Amino acid sequence: MNSTSVQSDIVLHLNHISKRFGSLLANDDISLELRRGEVLALLGENGAGKTTLMNILFGHYTADSGEIRVFGRSLQSSSPKAALSAGIGMVHQHFTLADNLTVLENIMLGTEPLWHLWQRQQNARQRVIALADQFGLSMHPDAKIADLSVGERQRVEILKALYRDVKILILDEPTAVLTPQETEALFTTLHKLTQAELSVMFISHKLQEVMRVSDRVIVLRTGRVVATVPTAETTPAALAELMVGRPIPQPTRQFQTPGEALLQLAAVTVASQDGRPLIDQLDLTVRQAEIVGIAGVSGNGQAALFNLLSGLLTPTSGTVRLYGQVCDRFTATDMVRANIARIPEDRHTTGLIGDMSIWENLILADYAEPAFSQKGFLKRHSAIAHANQIIQAFDVRCPSPFATVRLLSGGNMQKLILGRELSRQPQIILASQPTRGLDLGAVTYVHQQLLNARDRGAGILLISEDLDELLSLCDRLCVIYQGKLSAPMPTETVSLQTLGLMMAGKDKADAI
Amino acid sequence: MNSINLLLGVEFWVATIRIATPLMFGTLGELLCERAGVLNLGIEGIMTMGAFVGWAAVYQGADLWIGVLLAAIAGMVFGLLHSLFTVYLGLSQHVSGIGITLLAANLAYFFYRVLLPQVNTPPKITPFQPFAIPLLSQIPFLGKAVFTQTPLTYAAFILVAIAAYLLYRTPIGLAIRMVGENPSAAEAQGINIYSIRTLAVVIGSAFMAIAGAFLTLSAFDSFFVNLINGRGWICIALVIFASWQPFKALLGALLFAGFDALQLRLQQKIGAAIPYQLFLMLPYIFSIIALSVMARRAGYPKALMVPFRKGER
Repeated sequence: MNSTSVQSDIVLHLNHISKRFGSLLANDDISLELRRGEVLALLGENGAGKTTLMNILFGHYTADSGEIRVFGRSLQSSSPKAALSAGIGMVHQHFTLADNLTVLENIMLGTEPLWHLWQRQQNARQRVIALADQFGLSMHPDAKIADLSVGERQRVEILKALYRDVKILILDEPTAVLTPQETEALFTTLHKLTQAELSVMFISHKLQEVMRVSDRVIVLRTGRVVATVPTAETTPAALAELMVGRPIPQPTRQFQTPGEALLQLAAVTVASQDGRPLIDQLDLTVRQAEIVGIAGVSGNGQAALFNLLSGLLTPTSGTVRLYGQVCDRFTATDMVRANIARIPEDRHTTGLIGDMSIWENLILADYAEPAFSQKGFLKRHSAIAHANQIIQAFDVRCPSPFATVRLLSGGNMQKLILGRELSRQPQIILASQPTRGLDLGAVTYVHQQLLNARDRGAGILLISEDLDELLSLCDRLCVIYQGKLSAPMPTETVSLQTLGLMMAGKDKADAI
Repeated sequence: MNSINLLLGVEFWVATIRIATPLMFGTLGELLCERAGVLNLGIEGIMTMGAFVGWAAVYQGADLWIGVLLAAIAGMVFGLLHSLFTVYLGLSQHVSGIGITLLAANLAYFFYRVLLPQVNTPPKITPFQPFAIPLLSQIPFLGKAVFTQTPLTYAAFILVAIAAYLLYRTPIGLAIRMVGENPSAAEAQGINIYSIRTLAVVIGSAFMAIAGAFLTLSAFDSFFVNLINGRGWICIALVIFASWQPFKALLGALLFAGFDALQLRLQQKIGAAIPYQLFLMLPYIFSIIALSVMARRAGYPKALMVPFRKGER
């Protein structure tokens, strides 16, 4: 989608922006310019300062120094309101929508004087529908946000900005949550936007997308601009190296012969409170030294499967065997004792306790073990020593073990979780979306850790929506659809297309 | 048979609506605060202060309506204090609210003593008189029950409608709901979270103070210690019962008041046979049952009790 006529007039200048969070220099003297009708990709690892920079531009943060010029005018007050009226809109990575309100209400908020006695809903509705048609963002204006899919919510976010006539649209990791089809639709929309002479800042760490969608690329590393290149003149490999600052090693996958069955599920059903099956008559075996992948669109029972094996749910029927023994107690403690490591989907809510320190987070499962407690008192020194060890071994970038977890980047949080779970030398590893939202370096790291665990003889159940990840790591693959699991397939026999169709509910026979 | 006669008597319904009035004001006030994401546990104290200020003004010779206005202003002052703590400084809404209740109630008692150092029997004022609305009050039964109340009661009913319209049909109402649901979303749309929350808390507190003023200027005619007697806490429960919706709040207030009116009458009828405390418990038992049934489905504002700090990661 490289537009051939990139116009040279510049709509936005960032001049020497710096921002410091405590001891972390998040943005270090960043300057860039954005041209009319172009897609400018802002590429960088997590923690490189992309989101911070955009939050400064959109007025969530105030820069410590530097200047923003929009259409030749200096953008003074730092608030989203000022940014919006200067013509800058932003689609946040974590959507800023109110679930209990309708699409239209979310879009209209703040566009009318607050003290009007009524809302001009009719005009607004027509405008929203017109904009949606123009840019391929089909949408029902009166639908509740809570009822929309993730892709639809993102369209609402884009509409929100367009409704305000923005000329510059910032998209923060827009594809992180989308299915391949939704990503395609987004790219079409972006193309229409640039044709309408809007300028787009596209924040991403996915190289393929950046190559496809952008006209120019700016690469950030540790808060600095390391390169500005026209997309046509670069390659994914070159960008990757710029981004990480060193060549990226590919994870090595050795041949392993699977050993005994570690985890066996036979006809396991878990029903929700209203009696609907979340997972339905599920059969699954994970053996020593193998990775079994579960593909599927999220919401098809993955969470229930993960929670069952984490000890957060109890099966309604069927048997679960751990190391050949029938398991009849399903509590989190039992699963920890059974040496099951859990890498949950959501780092922020179930993986870590954001407001607690690193060393505390690292003993969440083991705090009562003799290694860390004695006669009811915490052995702080050994816990901190343990934390230092994991920080070293898993290369967690943090000021100290006393740092608050909430302030770490996503990649470092994930390394902490990996460190906590893998340092226990688990026999069984449950990993759900272990690389979601992580940057290239971190993804490779996580993959290598999982492969190492497999070489050590652990059995790994990998739940993921990233098909490339599944195809490159797994020995066997299953597809979950509406709570039912397909028979396992050796990875070599499966293609991307087959998986895609099976994820949409087609039988394997039909899919091939 | 006796109890059925009780329910059929128009007096019962007149009393129910009278008892419901302060609950309506208080519940609406709390609802407004909570819709913007701020729990206001100052309600009990603000009601006490409103009751005192309204009464004291009239006792000093002010007009009844001026009394109501002054009470509302006193409520706003404490609302402002609560929002200073919870909205701007982001402190615990529980702690600030309970602090405000203690402060406002005891200030009211203190000034009462300063005003009347020697008096033991609370002096009386001339309260609002029932006002029969022409024509409407002629409707059999209903007319007498609903349309021969005091003016503040009519105001309460109108206020329910206004609050519902405001919340669901105006830009400011949309902003209030959004701020209570997802403040960062509202901020991204250029809304000033702090001013919207402050506004809601200040106006809501004014309603609470009017609820208190109703008690001294309309229901009774004097101010005394422990006059509010937990009505503020009931309002907090009623907000949950109402799932944060104004018309359901009206329904809840009427239901609770109905039980209260009923227990008063049962006390008189049955009297000595059963200890009166059992009857006193009746409305509260009702509210516990109603809450446990309703609260499971309650769609509470997601940002309730979450302080908003700009630019925090």
